[in-house]
Amino acid sequence: MFKFFEPNKIFSITFRAQKYVLFLFIIVLSIGLTEALILSPEDYKQSHSVRIMYVHVPSAWISLGIFAIIAFLSLGSFVFKNKNFPLISKSLAPSGFIFSVIALVTGAIWGKPTWGTWWAWDARITSMLVLALFYMMYLLVWRIFENKDQATKITSIIAIVGAINIPIIKFSVDWWTTLHQNTSVNILSETSIHPSMLIPLGIMTAAFVLFSLLIFLMKYNTELIKIKNKGLDRL
Amino acid sequence: MIYEIISMNGYGLYVWSAFFFTLISFASLFLVTKFQLLKEQKRFVSKFGLLNIEKAKKAKSQNINKEILANTLSSKI
Repeated sequence: MFKFFEPNKIFSITFRAQKYVLFLFIIVLSIGLTEALILSPEDYKQSHSVRIMYVHVPSAWISLGIFAIIAFLSLGSFVFKNKNFPLISKSLAPSGFIFSVIALVTGAIWGKPTWGTWWAWDARITSMLVLALFYMMYLLVWRIFENKDQATKITSIIAIVGAINIPIIKFSVDWWTTLHQNTSVNILSETSIHPSMLIPLGIMTAAFVLFSLLIFLMKYNTELIKIKNKGLDRL
Repeated sequence: MIYEIISMNGYGLYVWSAFFFTLISFASLFLVTKFQLLKEQKRFVSKFGLLNIEKAKKAKSQNINKEILANTLSSKI
């Protein structure tokens, strides 16, 4: 099955997919922004500041999701010795990092009118900051180490160790008393957000997923061409 | 109506700055990634141009190299 996903075989798909994903992203983002900024209702308690949720929450979800995928692939590269897994992980990391920064910054902006402070060392915020630091370490190792095998090993360790932080972020609001409210959107149980807000949230999440897919494809193709550039030197 | 959208009951500064920050981050990451991709594509084409006929033939025997050349010359994004 892994052979099907060999870079040489899927390059033509990943390269051509870029423009279609970009096109789709622009359409979905436009709809999402209209919904989030104009059409969705204000909250009875938070008024219009609730609109920050439409960029803050999807960013946090996606940064968590991407790190979970990176950790999973890093474990996979240790077990299966697959050379494509580190390449995929490396290509996913930049968008994951940007989303973790967006979640932190928009969270701080939302915190000021809601809690009266830009920052608090509460469990959810601190664990999100730790996630951003893990992303930063992960990306820095790829930049610093020229030996690819060494970089793969170190980044895999960082991703696997960092994965411990994922359930901490997810359950921090249940385990500790934090400024954050409890989970409002649930897959398995009832969601407490009204559809008029849930739909824009879903559209914005789809737009953000498309953006991370776009960046992933561009980065993955860059990495493949880099490898092929080295291959030309060896001819 | 427009004033309402901009001011958002006094929360406009917070809401708009959060959205602007997000969009600026997106644009920056997109441009940096695009620049890196173009740089590697250009490097590939110039390296390929320096190969002698035999090596170029050998390189072209790999489908991915052909794809990179074809996509680099036709790509707009």
